[in-house]
Amino acid sequence: MNYDILITGLIIVAQILAVVVPVLISVAFLVYAERKVLALIQLRRGPNIVGPFGILQSFADALKLITKENIIPSGSNKIVFILAPIITMVLSLAGWAVIPFAPGWVVSDINVGIMYLFAVSSLGVYGIIMAGWASNSQYPFLGALRSAAQMVSYEVSIGFVIITVLLCVGSLNLTKIVLAQQTVWFAIPLLPMFIIFFISALAETNRLPFDLPEDESTLVAGFFTEYSSASFVLFFLGEYASMILMSSMTVILFLGGWLPPFDVYPLNVVPGVIWFTVKIIFILFLFIWVRGTFPRYRYDQLMRLGWKVFLPFSLFWVVATSGFLVYFEMLPN
Amino acid sequence: MILYSLTFYLFSSVAVLSALMVISAKNPVHSVLFLILSFVNASGLFVLLGAEFLAMILVVVYVGAVAVLFLFVVMMLDINFVKLREGFLQYLPFGALLGIVLVIELGILFLTDRSSNIYNNQTPLQPIVSEVENTKMIGQILYTEYFYLFQICGIILLVAMIGSITLTLRDKGGVKRQNIDSQNTVDASIAIEKKKVKIGEGI
Repeated sequence: MNYDILITGLIIVAQILAVVVPVLISVAFLVYAERKVLALIQLRRGPNIVGPFGILQSFADALKLITKENIIPSGSNKIVFILAPIITMVLSLAGWAVIPFAPGWVVSDINVGIMYLFAVSSLGVYGIIMAGWASNSQYPFLGALRSAAQMVSYEVSIGFVIITVLLCVGSLNLTKIVLAQQTVWFAIPLLPMFIIFFISALAETNRLPFDLPEDESTLVAGFFTEYSSASFVLFFLGEYASMILMSSMTVILFLGGWLPPFDVYPLNVVPGVIWFTVKIIFILFLFIWVRGTFPRYRYDQLMRLGWKVFLPFSLFWVVATSGFLVYFEMLPN
Repeated sequence: MILYSLTFYLFSSVAVLSALMVISAKNPVHSVLFLILSFVNASGLFVLLGAEFLAMILVVVYVGAVAVLFLFVVMMLDINFVKLREGFLQYLPFGALLGIVLVIELGILFLTDRSSNIYNNQTPLQPIVSEVENTKMIGQILYTEYFYLFQICGIILLVAMIGSITLTLRDKGGVKRQNIDSQNTVDASIAIEKKKVKIGEGI
């Protein structure tokens, strides 16, 4: 009996758990933080009953939702209906496999890390489309159609933003992307791209002001109208986990990953994973701040912004950046 | 070693089975979903070959964009399942002919010397590890040796894009469009008009 394979397998499982469990716990606290921040913006108290300062509110909510009855509509396509939330959840967790939390702290340090992240985030639309179609109901279907068009549109500009960063790095590996930012974070020379990426990330995760797939004032609850209990929890967890994933992607591409802001004494002794977490929390705070501040876009305005503003502008920046790098001979290797 | 063979057989068998389901599934939406499963497994096979860039491009382009639009269109069709089955016998000879041609071609490919050499070498299934990333390798060959072909591909795509836009773009009258610039430049002097209204008369 060869124990090597067994041990390797156990190590892989332990690594996966070491990433997934903290992500799920941080989802719970993100939901709490969102409710608290929104409450502060709107001069309310927010959750304050369960646990000290209401900090256990999300766990109570999850427990409540899971113990409820799981209703599957009789007219629905049952297999696809059950698969949809599972796919959403799995995809939002799958991206974490390549995220480097600190030098060497990564489950799988693959060559095409950023492409993998891009692929996984572009697959996220399937959970929503499948949910909308399988529910066999008007509002979820409208939500699914909106989501399909929206996510495909904003992926294009995200792709161009990623290309701009890759031109400056010369590699698709996430660790190398972070290490390329040792002199200056890409958020400074590529500030417009950073802003476009952040706004496209809002659209890609269906967050306000682009949450048209679940637009509650016109579509009841959008694509998850027919979902209840545990399958609803999966959608909810999936949405917030992909929010954290997108903000970690923003941090890696533009805010220097685990690197401290300045490489000086008191800052560079802080472990990289803490810098990484602090930056993610900052981006997540921006997500929530935007939600509390801006009204929802109309659908034609959303499409106009994606295709007529972001796409030409990011395309121009790709050309301008590559021209600049070639002219000043600053192309990496 | 055994793990690589196992994953190879897993990916390939799921890919073949889901490809079969694409043509045999009753519901067209299920067909598209099986097609997506087949794509994903094909990209898994690319990863096993060590072609990780191609694998990711397959997922991003075909699964992330093309299949989404497929699904988008198929979902919105009002499909009559009975009618869909009707033409089965009518199309059977043509489909069978296509299948037979493909099988013969594959057979010829396996019987020729070049591929049988690879077949007999019994190279173990494992990723080819090389110093240069294959993204870089593809770039090096695509933008030097095949530069003109690459440019021609780009032009063909551009023509196709312009063609599809001109086919679908119709300027129907009576469509209200939002003019954001004019909305933003509105101020109180244009938008609001003050009127003195006499009591009991109105405007």
